Amino acid sequence: MAQTAHLDAEPAALAPQRRAKARPAFFDLLQIQLPVGAVTSILHRVSGVLLALAIPFGVFLLGLSLQGAHGYAEAAAVFGRWPVRVGLVAVIWALSHHLLAGLRHLLMDVDLGSRLRSARRSAWTVNLAAGALAILAGVVLL
Amino acid sequence: MLGFVVFALVRWLPGPPPTYETWRAWMSSSGTAVAFAGFGAALLAHAWVGLRDVMMDYIASLALRVASLALLAAALLAIGAWMVVILGRAILG
Repeated sequence: MAQTAHLDAEPAALAPQRRAKARPAFFDLLQIQLPVGAVTSILHRVSGVLLALAIPFGVFLLGLSLQGAHGYAEAAAVFGRWPVRVGLVAVIWALSHHLLAGLRHLLMDVDLGSRLRSARRSAWTVNLAAGALAILAGVVLL
Repeated sequence: MLGFVVFALVRWLPGPPPTYETWRAWMSSSGTAVAFAGFGAALLAHAWVGLRDVMMDYIASLALRVASLALLAAALLAIGAWMVVILGRAILG
């Protein structure tokens, strides 16, 4: 099979210490299929990074809004611009996904829903609920 | 953090604060100020844990990793100080 050839061959680009472990490398993104829980997991990380990047913008807007009546009006006007609204929808998706996936992880830590069937169901629930909230935010804000 | 998010959404989702005075009075009231301080501290601590994990996973070079973590720590501390200044000004004057 073409796939096993990939497993035997070591890309020369890998760092020497990586090559020493000789782990299989298979990066055909069109053929890799992640289980739904892995999708939830990587989106938890992506949404977390997005939220962290949003912190300085949020703090800036908070400061502006508390600088006086003029600053408050300016901060309010920022939310009227469409690129900001698109960003806000992205942040609302990230917050929804990150919160729900985080709660899912906490529940699993106390052994609630950690069996495969319920874990797959809750992973689908998190992914779809966060998507639904993002669509709702998009309808309201865009 | 979830508590503060719900607290703020319940208060302002029905309609945003109509005037600057309403907004400042709410932010500088003792209950909100204390809740926000706790929220901010938890947020920055959580950002540290999360971004530290991401950097530890993806930055292979030790020197680059240490430098990135130091930069991250400095940035988060600076944002924390910035939050303290904003909240302090809102309360004091």
